[in-house]
Amino acid sequence: MNELIDFFSVNIDMVYIVILMIFVGVEVIGHVPAVLHTPLMSGANAIHGVVIIGAILVMLGADPENKLALSLGFVAVILGTLNVVGGFVVTDRMLEMFKKKR
Amino acid sequence: MEYLFSLEFLYLIASITYILGLKMLGHPETAKRGNLIAAAGMTLAILGTLFLYQGTVSPLIYSLIAIAIIIGTIIGWMIAKKVPMTKMPELVSLFNGMGGASAALIGLIEFEHYSGQTLSVLTILGGVIIGSISFSGSMIAWGKLNGTIKKPLRLPRYNILNNLILIGLLLFAIIMVWSNTESQVYLYVLFFGALAYGILFVLPIGGADMPVVISLLNSFTGLAAALGGFLYGNMVMLTGGILVGSAGTILTFAMCKAMNRSLFNVIFGGFGETDLNASEGESAKITGNIKKATVSDVAILMNYS
Repeated sequence: MNELIDFFSVNIDMVYIVILMIFVGVEVIGHVPAVLHTPLMSGANAIHGVVIIGAILVMLGADPENKLALSLGFVAVILGTLNVVGGFVVTDRMLEMFKKKR
Repeated sequence: MEYLFSLEFLYLIASITYILGLKMLGHPETAKRGNLIAAAGMTLAILGTLFLYQGTVSPLIYSLIAIAIIIGTIIGWMIAKKVPMTKMPELVSLFNGMGGASAALIGLIEFEHYSGQTLSVLTILGGVIIGSISFSGSMIAWGKLNGTIKKPLRLPRYNILNNLILIGLLLFAIIMVWSNTESQVYLYVLFFGALAYGILFVLPIGGADMPVVISLLNSFTGLAAALGGFLYGNMVMLTGGILVGSAGTILTFAMCKAMNRSLFNVIFGGFGETDLNASEGESAKITGNIKKATVSDVAILMNYS
């Protein structure tokens, strides 16, 4: 319990960010037309590709002798990159459909 | 100190592009630009993390990261470009699963470095559980959408069974934190248990409901990314993850509403049972599906038809 209170007092800025971001997320999505649900889902999918930064940080901090950590980290970076690149490209292609015909 | 400041600043810019990008994705005219802005922010954050890292890193690790990014970029780009337009939703599911797996792997690696620190271990185990569920669930959803898995498979009493497994997983994780264990075996038990839960969670749900499930798993992966941000005190992971987590949840509810169903119904009710339940209500005279359309829905449909 003490650890929890300590955590809150030390990381109060992160707690603020979490709470405010929840409201931003809700606000940003509100009143979106149903046709845009799928592209929006795809765009959000690409954005949570930020896990790749965690994967890169794991690799950067890894011990070069620890083969298991290195190979798991290697796979994690590949998967994270797939998420980011694939996510944004797919969203872009989906939105082609909304181009105005002239 | 100067370097650190500029990396934090890049992260701030990236976080703003995510919010802006998501906001712009909500309007047909600005959607494409919004996506590109978010992509630019992501590139900035990744490059910043690579080049502004403080501390000595062996060239081997740098080249491994570079190779991994190049492989991922090429494969991701090719899959995303090649697949026909009608198969887009299943691709979203596939890439979502990749992100979840990445989050779970981060947890698997970092577990041994943080043993004894209760809260860090809690975030790591949370990341492993949520990431694995998201990965295996997304893979099943992907299989269902591309026709590999045809029939919804239902074990007897699957709802109770699934909930028991989930409660069991959470209890197991809490016991692991409580007992300060350093055992890798327990960690992998948790990992495979969560993978199994993800499969059992999505299998009974019918193919037509898959977009809702994918959206839900999408917000799960966002949460897993945010937990990683907590672990490292990394602001861009925290903001991006929480943003997707909350936006994804709201989007899931919006998608359910557009189908005239509740999320509870999608997850816990099989398709056949739904009709029975509906006829028990007072509005039993109305049969068939009604889809409510708002003014903006109609306007956009007309504009782009």
